[in-house]
Amino acid sequence: MNKKVEPKSNKILVSESVNLGEEGLKGQKVTDPNVMMFESEREPNFLTGSEVIKAAIKRANLDVMIAYPITPQSEAAALIGELFAEGYVREYFRGESEFAVMSQCAGAAFGGARVFTTTAGPGTLRAMENFPMWAGSRLPIQVCVTCRGINSPLSIQPDTLEMAYLLETGMLVWHAETAQDLYDWILGGFMVSEQPDVHLPLALCCDGFFVTHTKDTVMLQGEEMCLPRYDPYRSPVPCMDMECPPIRMMRDPFIMKSNYISYMTHASWQQEIHAAVERSRKHTLPIMNGSLIDTENVDREILIVASGTAVSQGREAIRLLEEEGIKVGLVKIKSIRPFPTEEVREATANAKTIFVPEFNIRGWLAREIKAILPNNERVIAGPHVAGGMTMPSEVIVEEIKKGLGIKSATMDRRG
Amino acid sequence: MSKEKIQLSEALEDIMPSEYQEMVATATFGNEDRSWKDIGSSKELIEQHSLCAGCPESIAFRYILSSIPAPEDTVFVGSTGCTSLVFPMVGVQNIHSLFGNQNAVASGLKRALKVRFPDVNKDVIVLAGDGATVDIGLDMTMQSWFRQENFTTICFDNELYANTGGQESGLMQKGFVSKMAPMGKKFEKVRLPEIAFEAGCHYVACLTVSKPNRVEKAIRNAVYVAREFGPTYVQLYTPCILEIGKQSMEGLDEMKDAEAIGGRFVMKEFMTDEVKEFLKEKDAEQKARKKAAKAAVSA
Repeated sequence: MNKKVEPKSNKILVSESVNLGEEGLKGQKVTDPNVMMFESEREPNFLTGSEVIKAAIKRANLDVMIAYPITPQSEAAALIGELFAEGYVREYFRGESEFAVMSQCAGAAFGGARVFTTTAGPGTLRAMENFPMWAGSRLPIQVCVTCRGINSPLSIQPDTLEMAYLLETGMLVWHAETAQDLYDWILGGFMVSEQPDVHLPLALCCDGFFVTHTKDTVMLQGEEMCLPRYDPYRSPVPCMDMECPPIRMMRDPFIMKSNYISYMTHASWQQEIHAAVERSRKHTLPIMNGSLIDTENVDREILIVASGTAVSQGREAIRLLEEEGIKVGLVKIKSIRPFPTEEVREATANAKTIFVPEFNIRGWLAREIKAILPNNERVIAGPHVAGGMTMPSEVIVEEIKKGLGIKSATMDRRG
Repeated sequence: MSKEKIQLSEALEDIMPSEYQEMVATATFGNEDRSWKDIGSSKELIEQHSLCAGCPESIAFRYILSSIPAPEDTVFVGSTGCTSLVFPMVGVQNIHSLFGNQNAVASGLKRALKVRFPDVNKDVIVLAGDGATVDIGLDMTMQSWFRQENFTTICFDNELYANTGGQESGLMQKGFVSKMAPMGKKFEKVRLPEIAFEAGCHYVACLTVSKPNRVEKAIRNAVYVAREFGPTYVQLYTPCILEIGKQSMEGLDEMKDAEAIGGRFVMKEFMTDEVKEFLKEKDAEQKARKKAAKAAVSA
């Protein structure tokens, strides 16, 4: 577990039963994802994160999208409805709640469809019972989680606390920093999720508003290409389409048996889910430029380790500190499940102090990092902002100076 | 519609379990007029059951599985409860995911199957208890009807939570004393058949499982109408003999009492005029098929 994997081929594996070159939806050409993702020409587009989600789904050869309104994902969910109306998505409807939507997604995935949905904050928590069921049923559904506050008093503002609840569901959990990450990982995410030795749901998280509602330059391929269609017969568990009828599985379902065999069956099933999460590493490397983390100047004694837009703010803080002669390196964590344990250990091997800025009040990422590092007193959990507060780079600068025992001028100026 | 898809690969024939071998040899796949009357003479789609001895649910299962018109293209969606304990022994695919989300799962499933098999009738049938259908899952049950989803919902109404030990449910009769209703249930049995019709079901039937002919007819009607018109609902009284203090052999009497004049389960059916006409035509077609088959045998 938690072993670093070296890239072997750096290629996305594609089903051999897929006919590359055949027609997808609206005359799109089914294209080898390697060609689509790595070789084809891209044009710059200036788009919001929500529009980027639409752009990715347009090329995803998607079977089913089920939508429900909740800020800040409503726009993206509605834009995919437009794609459906245009003919780029095969089925689309609005469910009645996030719990129902995630169950409807499950039904569609059980029936052999490629399924995408989006949710956020309280919606993620309302849907929560479904997520371990998705993983346990080995359904490769992709849910884009546009993180926002979850707790009372009501907040619709950005906050990544909900990600902490997703970590032990058995899903893959990725954290996009930018709209470009979001775009590439939506398309790549289907390819990783649907591998026979993975076949798990993906929670593709991004920071609500900061990514969904701001415009950014994103490099997109031409619209004439789309991914190969999902092949449900590569699933490690039967597709529920009655194309291969079952026979009696057992005398009594295991739930009725209070004995070691039934416990063992459940336990080994769960072990297999988490082993499949581990096996996703090798398939994820091509999608994420060869590593589950990005590093900048990690030979320095002070490091910022972060995920999501906290990385962008950290990068700017590093620039400000550099002006004052304080040199800081950066680790960007892209995949939270599987967690890049070895990668983070290596990258932080020489660090004396490690700062973990986060957009939530509890600091779940710092806890994850502390759990895997030797000498974890080096880890300073913070700064934390929550409830929709922004994290100006100056706040990170202050935290680092405070941690290093340097008096901070900006703090003095505050009332 | 044939047995084609259940045929065995020759290479695997000798290692396949006897249940499967029998299914290929004598199951009634591909015969649209399969019936409860085939029970005992051909391979059933249910092996043993893990319910209590004499449980009316077990006979309901046998009637339903012998009545569905196209088991080779039927997927069941279940829910947590006594019904979910039986499905591992059923030769038709079944999804069990969570408690109460069955109509949501069925909505996604039916739409995915329509996308993937545009030219094949893939029947989706929800089969869940009254707790799942009317209490925890009522929202999703009714929303699937509002949305006019093309599948059948069957509720095994035993008027309580049986699998957890006999707690009060919304379909329990008023005044009944049970766990979680220590002074008797305070409100009336929920009128789900009427609600179902109002909510957009095109065919609704409520009955006991004492008479196999009636059950078969209701199930076939519900499946046919779901294909052509939209949602359908069948509520079957399957008393929990254990929790209402009856003996194993008393289930049938309990159902007969409940469906007698003045009882809670006098059979009722609701349907639109359009559906009435459609079902008449279906009946005529079936009669013609049977007549032709008879003529073929005697000729």
